[in-house]
Amino acid sequence: MNGLIGRKLGMTRLFDAAGTHVPVTVIEAGPCAVISVAEGRAELGFEAKKAKRSPKAIVGHVKKAGLEVAPRIIRRFDVTGEAPAAGSAVTVAIFAAGDRVKVRGVSKGRGFQGVVHRHHFHGGPETHGNTRHRKPGSIAPGTDPSRIIKGKRMPGHMGARNFTEIGLRVVKIDAERNLLFVRGSVPGPMNGLVTVRKQGGPSRHD
Amino acid sequence: MEKLRAVEREGLKTDIPAFAPGDTLRVMVRVREGEKERLQAFEGICIARRGGGINETFTVRKISAGVGVERIFPLHAPLIAEIGLLRKGRVRRAKLYFLRRLAGKAARIREKRGAGQGLTVPSTPEPEQPQT
Repeated sequence: MNGLIGRKLGMTRLFDAAGTHVPVTVIEAGPCAVISVAEGRAELGFEAKKAKRSPKAIVGHVKKAGLEVAPRIIRRFDVTGEAPAAGSAVTVAIFAAGDRVKVRGVSKGRGFQGVVHRHHFHGGPETHGNTRHRKPGSIAPGTDPSRIIKGKRMPGHMGARNFTEIGLRVVKIDAERNLLFVRGSVPGPMNGLVTVRKQGGPSRHD
Repeated sequence: MEKLRAVEREGLKTDIPAFAPGDTLRVMVRVREGEKERLQAFEGICIARRGGGINETFTVRKISAGVGVERIFPLHAPLIAEIGLLRKGRVRRAKLYFLRRLAGKAARIREKRGAGQGLTVPSTPEPEQPQT
């Protein structure tokens, strides 16, 4: 398997063998139940939904894999190496210290934000008669072309969108407690759901 | 949160003496010089402790060759071999940053009364010799 679903527990620090401090995010990853395997992809489920809140279609679907309750979240992952059997569980043991991973989650919501926060505009002076403090200013020419070009950076909702942090390095795993220690930060709040996938290529932390 | 705290607890040291700002400390720091590792003492007054759990740090200030030197140590770093508590000081605040403006006699700290116990001089010898 090349990934699994987890919960971001939060950030802390570790000290490595050389005594240097390593900032890490702790992710409680798996165990994820394998629901189905098809076309090189495996469906994994994580945590459990209340029976009352489980759609019957999902319950029926996971029953084929021998699961009693519907998982809270189902995601598909590529199968690398040996394909897991439906009904088995994928654990954090698929990762090893030193692996490169990418972590996807929903970033923290910031609400409706202006251009200074959202797009790092510089803003204007606060004094000397200036009135354009945090406004964007001119957004386009006038009569020609009589429209605003698409993609113009403007105020709006910020955060609370899917975001993938790539090139993170696995520092340590704890198979007993299903913990994954990843160097650096990961999108989303504490206790937010994230998916962790293996990745080739260089790490941005090397 | 509880699970995260449990992870952090594993990294905590248990052999830290009960010291507070105002106390005089001798911090034995592991120093790597090429292949060899030796201990270097940093002796001075603790002027602040901040943070909690594994993130806790403390600041030690000393006057070295007439110049004030401050070092901030992570309390639980393996870099610190030992912390010796040499003298307990009587102070009335948690952050002794006012010492930075003071020098000589004015920068003295009174010793805490009845504080003979709890002092620990590092068992490791003091190998600090000026390099020639």
